[in-house]
Amino acid sequence: MTTNSIPWPGAGVAEPSVVDRLHGWVTTVDHKRLGILYIVYALTFLIIGGIEATIIRIQLIRPHADFVSPEVFNRMFTMHGTTMIFFMVMPILFGFGNYLIPLMIGARDMAFPRLNAFSFWLTAFGGLLLYFSLVGANGLYGAGNAPDVGWFAYAPLTSRAFSVGHSTDFWTLSIFVSGFGSIGVAINFIATILCMRCPGMTLAKMPLLGWMYLVTAGLVVLAVSPLSAAQIMLIIDRYLGGHFFDTQAGGSAVMWMHFFWVFGHPEVYILVLPAFGFASEIIPVFSRKPIFGYSVMVAATVAIGFISMSVWAHHMFTVGMGRALNTLFVFTTMAIAVPTGIKIFNWLGTMWGGKIEFKTPMLFCTGFIFQFLLAGLTGIMLGSAPFNWQLSNSYFVVAHFHYVIVGAIVFCIFAAIYYWYPKISGRMYNERLGQLHFWLFFIGFHLTFDFMHFVGLLGMPRRIYTYEPGRGWETLNLIVTIGVFFQAAAIIVMLVNLVWSYSRGEKAGADPWDAWTLEWSTSSPPPVYNFAAIPAVRSRRPLWDLKHPDNPDWRYEE
Amino acid sequence: MWRRVTAPQLLQTDTTDSYGMKPILIFGVEAIAGTYFSSPTNIFAPASTPARSIFDLSLLVLAVTGAIFLVVFTLLVYAVSKFRRRTDDAQEPAQVYGSNQIELAWTVIPILIVAALFMATARVIADTEKVTAPKNSIAVIAIGHQFWWEFRYPGLGVAAVNELHVPLSEPAYATPTFITLLSADTDHSFWVPRLAGKTDLIPNHPNEMWIDPHETGVFLGQCAQFCGVQHAKMLLRVYVQPRSEFDRWVEEQKQPARLSTDPSEGQRIFESTACINCHNVAGTPANGSFGPDLTHLMSRDTIAAGAAANTPANLRLWIRNPNAIKPGSLMPAMQMSDHDLDAICAYLETLR
Repeated sequence: MTTNSIPWPGAGVAEPSVVDRLHGWVTTVDHKRLGILYIVYALTFLIIGGIEATIIRIQLIRPHADFVSPEVFNRMFTMHGTTMIFFMVMPILFGFGNYLIPLMIGARDMAFPRLNAFSFWLTAFGGLLLYFSLVGANGLYGAGNAPDVGWFAYAPLTSRAFSVGHSTDFWTLSIFVSGFGSIGVAINFIATILCMRCPGMTLAKMPLLGWMYLVTAGLVVLAVSPLSAAQIMLIIDRYLGGHFFDTQAGGSAVMWMHFFWVFGHPEVYILVLPAFGFASEIIPVFSRKPIFGYSVMVAATVAIGFISMSVWAHHMFTVGMGRALNTLFVFTTMAIAVPTGIKIFNWLGTMWGGKIEFKTPMLFCTGFIFQFLLAGLTGIMLGSAPFNWQLSNSYFVVAHFHYVIVGAIVFCIFAAIYYWYPKISGRMYNERLGQLHFWLFFIGFHLTFDFMHFVGLLGMPRRIYTYEPGRGWETLNLIVTIGVFFQAAAIIVMLVNLVWSYSRGEKAGADPWDAWTLEWSTSSPPPVYNFAAIPAVRSRRPLWDLKHPDNPDWRYEE
Repeated sequence: MWRRVTAPQLLQTDTTDSYGMKPILIFGVEAIAGTYFSSPTNIFAPASTPARSIFDLSLLVLAVTGAIFLVVFTLLVYAVSKFRRRTDDAQEPAQVYGSNQIELAWTVIPILIVAALFMATARVIADTEKVTAPKNSIAVIAIGHQFWWEFRYPGLGVAAVNELHVPLSEPAYATPTFITLLSADTDHSFWVPRLAGKTDLIPNHPNEMWIDPHETGVFLGQCAQFCGVQHAKMLLRVYVQPRSEFDRWVEEQKQPARLSTDPSEGQRIFESTACINCHNVAGTPANGSFGPDLTHLMSRDTIAAGAAANTPANLRLWIRNPNAIKPGSLMPAMQMSDHDLDAICAYLETLR
């Protein structure tokens, strides 16, 4: 058997049939295959969500455009938000975690392989349920429709009085079902990271990515649970005569906001911490230096984990919470800027004095630092409650959170895709196409999201399907829309690169980046059992120790 | 020097520079936001104290975050350009694991910065939210509907629709307007960027806000919380008038509809169709409250919550097919004959 392919069940006899191969993928409990399933699934939804974003932007290219009706526009932004958060970014991060964590901590699989498979299929089913609304939401008699209440689905717009038909039910159930998948995989991450590390790998010697996923998984358990509870309450309201959020019967719309954002804000950190993990693995390798201030990075991650549970109501400064609560949430929001800033400084410290090689993954990580810096600073502006009274629900907010989710998280995801592609596929990607992807996406990103800030400052609210001329918004919206096409072209370049390189790329070998963590010590792609013998480590960079026996890390690490 | 480029709409009143930041920042902010992109909804062109205090705070926040950006961005550019690997260089760089002194420095300095920002922010929150209505203030109840605004003036006994009229608040004799925000259906948000930050209208959750406009004119805004199909065309206009003009407007609005003793054909059709289920015309049998009050329809500049100018042609189109102007509006198409349509339009045009 070659080391280039993951062996099929019953392989070695003859080439397995297509049915056998598919059966192998459906029934697999191997963490690497599930990781790949998550990633491919997420990339599929990236394309779908991207098409929705393009429709939104074409509609807004000029005032009073009629590319789509208001009803369709409202469905598009609801589906775009829900898809990108729950069925693109979350699954792709779970996918990389699944693939990488056992390899990086020297384990042969996740702690609960069957739970792992179950969690993936729940998430997959959730995504299908959301999109089945296109067929099923109006029942069997005709054209369906998709949810149109916005991705945070504020009450009472979700009550049956204002949301007739079943579109909101599909939204609720798909979030509920995929939420269980998320909690399942989070428990798996926690158990794996705490119990399955190889000999010698204390928590203090674990790669930073492991720490980031540990905190993320804890946040998933804490934050997705209230979201799931809120979905149950909404279903009770809609079908069992409950009045939790039904304002016409004395329910509270504000309570839904609290339920949603007590999930929604930690969710941002659930998404961004794994991205920090990617950056913390990739920047050192391409700077040829260990991460600067490992223990401070760990402390900052844990601090972010705790503080992130206490900032949710900064999404609600315009709700009328009163002076005391507004002031309190300004305080916690300002506080979380400190550990976040420390991380940026530590990545800079890692690059400082290094010998940086700007391969595609490092380009994306550099873009990430730049954009995350700006996203953090606009976050401080939004965290200043009075400024927020002007900025919230305007395009400034849309620009800010896309800076976080695309400029920071998706840039790190692209870095991770290129960095670990040789490990996963056994082949090198095409470097020139990779750089083309970076520059196209970088230009498109800045055209789109930089100018969104300005149109927000000029008073354009989000979620409007059209706007009036004469408010200074026309040129800015045109530029924003032009940027989308650069981004779409970049995604196509990436997909071409990934598909083409899978069969035509150079053989990667076990360790193409001269890297230092355990996943690079096994073949590319790794065998089913990952490691012939479970490794033992003495430092955070076991392969550095192997490569430099005269100057090993464990002499210097505390 | 910076004053020479001041756009007139930005500095109508020469209030105090509470943070001393204006000379530093005003040039950039005005040049970019005020002069280049002139906009009637620019948040950097305040015309009322709540918007003004946000503007002042935003200058401080922009100055601090701008300075942080410049420092960190310079470091990043320096690192990216200085610490590149040369192609012939196979040697690893010095392996540095960290430094407690440096970590301490870039922990303590950000803490001091955010502490300062927090205190400045807390002060503006208190200044804006603890204000109580003085005796000579105007009280308004704003009610959000899908997809229009209802304004009631409980002290004056009048009502307005979509176009809020308020008196100019002179520095010497302040007459601020205090607005109680309610919702009849879903969540909405009242946002007129030049007058104040936004405050949400949430059912079962009354909110308060206030404005004290320093200049006359029409101020534009719109609903800023997604409220359903036609959220986009739930536009908002605030008319700031000199006190005498405002008082005259109040007097006019107090009158019942001026009707001839012999009801016109249009009035009879209006009162014998479903129109009266939703619309009120004071002094007639029409007393619905689901839709906008039409008693003084012709005193307004716009119809359909600002989506169209109040012209006879638009009014006729609106009654014939509201979806042509505002698809998803809750006003039904009345399926009238051309004759009835003309008669009703003629009647509505008498409601001044």
